[in-house]
Amino acid sequence: MNAFSVILFFSTTSSIWTARLLKKAGIERKMVPIPRNLSSDCGYCVRIKSEDIERVKDVLTKGGVEFARIENLR
Amino acid sequence: MTNPVESADKPIYFDNAATTFPKPREVVDAVVDYMTRVGGNPGRSGHQLSVDAGEIVFSAREAVASLFGVTNPMRVIFCSNATDALNLAIQGMLRDGGHAVTTAMEHNSTIRPLRELERRCGIEVTVVPCPGGVADPAEFERALRPDTKLAVVNHASNAFGIMQSLRELGETCRRNKVVLLADCAQTAGVIPIDMKSDPVDILAFAGHKGLYGPTGTGGLLLSERFDHGRMKPLKYGGTGSNSDSVYQPEFLPDIYESGTLNTAGLSGLCAGTNYILSLQGGVRGIQLHEKELAAYFLARAGERVRGFNSPASAALVETGVVSFNIEGKEPSDVAYHLSDPYNIMCRAGLHCAPMAHETMGTFPGGTVRFSFGVFNTKEEIDYAVSALEEISAMKETP
Repeated sequence: MNAFSVILFFSTTSSIWTARLLKKAGIERKMVPIPRNLSSDCGYCVRIKSEDIERVKDVLTKGGVEFARIENLR
Repeated sequence: MTNPVESADKPIYFDNAATTFPKPREVVDAVVDYMTRVGGNPGRSGHQLSVDAGEIVFSAREAVASLFGVTNPMRVIFCSNATDALNLAIQGMLRDGGHAVTTAMEHNSTIRPLRELERRCGIEVTVVPCPGGVADPAEFERALRPDTKLAVVNHASNAFGIMQSLRELGETCRRNKVVLLADCAQTAGVIPIDMKSDPVDILAFAGHKGLYGPTGTGGLLLSERFDHGRMKPLKYGGTGSNSDSVYQPEFLPDIYESGTLNTAGLSGLCAGTNYILSLQGGVRGIQLHEKELAAYFLARAGERVRGFNSPASAALVETGVVSFNIEGKEPSDVAYHLSDPYNIMCRAGLHCAPMAHETMGTFPGGTVRFSFGVFNTKEEIDYAVSALEEISAMKETP
């Protein structure tokens, strides 16, 4: 079974930007509501496969996208 | 005389400096698409229609950022028009005091907030004279002081089409460590601007003029080197982010974008921006087209219309905006006759720019203004010149 992680952002604009960059890079991703146990924010975050974390970080760094943190989903 | 353009019932629209018309079909379709297919509130919920709305807004950010050479779409701040954007920049930078420098060609959208801050918050404002419509760079540099926080420069006049050199004035500002705010209400989408090479820190644009979006759109672009911590927000409220805090977020673009954005309008703005980018020759091509129409009109009317005069030197007109008068005629009467019976739409008076008219010697009487857009043609101008010939020959107001 795949393990998933979510990337949390300061601004919801960054999450949309990220989803676009990951799509362009051919990395599986999905916009999902922020899990309540991670933040009480009402926006959304980007879910990725945990095995892709390093590739994702690389894409975000190259794209200049700021993110708050990456959390594993249990 | 009959209107040669398509049908006599179709108005000839020479008021593109107020707002461009007609809008490209793509813009209308994009607004309808948001309203009928998407409909969600961008950045506020996790459901698909909210995400789709967020995608639309982000596409608009990307389109506008790319038009002005900005790499980071987070540095596009959406406001409701250029005036709203200019108020954010001017009040956000100056409401704690300081000194500002501006030009004698400003629109009221910059000089009114500056004068209000002068009256209420004790800021000081130096207005640099613009003989013939252009600020003298040496005079501009002399006006900068150690406590100057902001220079506010009208890129091109909404009344006369005369341009200030952002490169020259911007380099002066950089040398003196002064933030430059460029009012590009009339030039965004008309004159190419690249924030990577043009030394502008904050650029204000209208979405419904040269970008062919709907009214209710506009914004600011912040250069990579500008520290937005210097510009306080004017509005505080919901941003869809940091919902657990009662304090305004400090990151871009949320710090300045409280409240639901005009998503329908931004959907149209995205389509309008992509439309002008898709035109052959891009923004440079648009400028050449509009300048050519302005020069053609000034030459034809100068030859054929009795008592025609234009206060701006034709060589200085850099956009599709021309101001003129007909000797012995009130500008408002000329505009009224153009509208009825000739069905030509234009604007007369001071164009919310009394200071620019004072500079050009046309205050308080004002001028008639024609402002051309991408859809105007020389045939329409020929028709308008013939109409002006008839109006100039009128003995009295019918």
